[in-house]
Amino acid sequence: MSDRDVVISARAVSKRFGSGPNAVLALDDVSVDIYQNEFFTMLGPSGCGKTTLLRLIGGFEQASSGEIALEGKALNNLPPFKRPINTVFQSYALFPHLTVRENVTFGLEMQNMPKRDANCRADEMLELVRLAEFGDRQPSQLSGGQQQRIALARALAPAPKVLLLDEPLSALDLKLRKEMQIELKRLQTETGITFIFVTHDQEEALAMSDRIAVMKSGKILQIGTPRDIYETPTHRFVADFIGDSNFLQGDIHQNGNDANNTILALPGGQTISLAGVAENPSRSAQQTSATIAIRPERIILAPQGSSETALRGTIDDVVYFGTDTTYHIRLDDQTRLLTRVQNRDGATMPFARGDDVDVTLPAAAIRVLVD
Amino acid sequence: MEFFTRHKRFWLIAPAVVYIGFFMGLPLLQMAYVSILERGTNGGVNWGSLSFDAYISFIFDRDLMDNLIINTDYLQIFLRSFELSALTTVLALILGFPTAFYIAMQPQSRRNMFIFLVTIPFWTNILVRNYAWMLLLRNGGLIDNLLNTIGLDTGGLDLLYTPYAVSIGLTYTYLPFMVLPIYASLEKLDHRLIEAAFDLGANKRKAMTRIILPLATPGIIAGSILVFIPCLGAYVTPELLGGGKFMMIANLIGSQFGAARNWPFGAALGFVLLALVLIAMMVYSLKFKKLPENAS
Repeated sequence: MSDRDVVISARAVSKRFGSGPNAVLALDDVSVDIYQNEFFTMLGPSGCGKTTLLRLIGGFEQASSGEIALEGKALNNLPPFKRPINTVFQSYALFPHLTVRENVTFGLEMQNMPKRDANCRADEMLELVRLAEFGDRQPSQLSGGQQQRIALARALAPAPKVLLLDEPLSALDLKLRKEMQIELKRLQTETGITFIFVTHDQEEALAMSDRIAVMKSGKILQIGTPRDIYETPTHRFVADFIGDSNFLQGDIHQNGNDANNTILALPGGQTISLAGVAENPSRSAQQTSATIAIRPERIILAPQGSSETALRGTIDDVVYFGTDTTYHIRLDDQTRLLTRVQNRDGATMPFARGDDVDVTLPAAAIRVLVD
Repeated sequence: MEFFTRHKRFWLIAPAVVYIGFFMGLPLLQMAYVSILERGTNGGVNWGSLSFDAYISFIFDRDLMDNLIINTDYLQIFLRSFELSALTTVLALILGFPTAFYIAMQPQSRRNMFIFLVTIPFWTNILVRNYAWMLLLRNGGLIDNLLNTIGLDTGGLDLLYTPYAVSIGLTYTYLPFMVLPIYASLEKLDHRLIEAAFDLGANKRKAMTRIILPLATPGIIAGSILVFIPCLGAYVTPELLGGGKFMMIANLIGSQFGAARNWPFGAALGFVLLALVLIAMMVYSLKFKKLPENAS
């Protein structure tokens, strides 16, 4: 990844709104590199600073400190209309007094493209978003999904270096949203433009992104591929925000200097071997208490007595979901775990409520987290 | 049920219809009748007579031989009134648009305060406000003194009792009627549209001419109508700030019912004005028929 060209680089960017005791730190010393031809997603709950970072890149806000550069050139003092960066707004922001085609040609005319060429380009763009025959309509005559595509066509028409998308799918219904996810990914691949996408929807982020930055309270916690983020989260927040996770808290004990003898002692006295568990680079090694996470589908259940090292628990509840079944397990120390088992065998259910089970947490599936 | 709701709706509007019908519709009919009567020798009218002299004398004079000669005096007063109203409308627009734009760009809490400030002049009687302008504009008045103090020797401003004084006074009087509708249309304007224009490469001027102005057009038109039409009928301001030297339509009409004792002519002038305004509004609504629909 590092050999690719960096398009946008943010260095130690902070953004403070207001002043004095009421000041809000929306971005706290954020640094990130975004590469050429990448679908980059900023994911986080509302108020995490993702939209602020997007608006800083777009030039709608000025950073309080730090620097944002486009292809190595600092952008800090450039107004939005001088940046080769376009935005798809959450509310689409189509110009209501212009036709669809006039909306799409607006950015081209601002670049002084001759009217005929601009119209040609606009029709190409409308073709690209599959609304070729809608050029003469008014935006108000279109459905939400269609308006969304026009907003995309308008933002893509001037061939920006970077396209910013501010939760563009949040106003669409579920079915349309799924369609647009595929559509967006297709547009990004076809145009080769770097997309920076902001969302609070983890499924959306996983489905479309090349890389995801998970944000919380103005900081980027983790940047990685969807697979990295899901399989090897670094922070408890990341593991919790993306997908379901089980968290177990305890103290780390090491017998001698042998890393293979590291165990996590749960408050109830049971222990989990951490032998073979990958190091978390974000976590300081000195900490003795730790939280570990494991995805529900990675937990292995077996009838009690089949394993010596497994944790012992009881099945509290069984919920059948069609493709899989969820077992709610209570360990002997009352810790609750969620496990998910795919229903490969159809009708048979391996366990029932009240069964005692052995719970195995494979080392490869365990992540030691930063709290 | 259908009948019942219709019935009820009628009663909602009935008081207003009766009021306007009685106090405006009937007097209007009376004036229409007066305008086609002969003028009485000692003022008033000869009831029961019929004459179109009043309308004819708007454009023609009768010489001693009873021939009709074109007389443009009254036409000129009409033309002057239209010019002055147009000038006032333009001035109000030039002052009002930036004001409305500034207010609309303020945070919500401060906007209400500004709108409140805009309406403050309505608290004072129009006569008092016009007298205040006389004090400001006259030679040796506040403005004259101020200019002299900063070293501009005006040698007497000679501004009061001129068309400019009238226009200044009218602009002042009707400015809120320009600011409020424009503010209303700018306030609805989605701030993201301006951001989108910037985003697509429009500088401030382009964003203004291509996005903000077109979207504010309904407000600008409404404001212009609200300023232009009352201006045409302005009476107090030209009377005081024009000093009787500068006559507008309303003053001409007023004098026909007063000093000139020519009721039919006064009534006829009123109807000519009404007709002209109606024609202007019709031309406008035909020309801009599509605008409000697009803007909403």
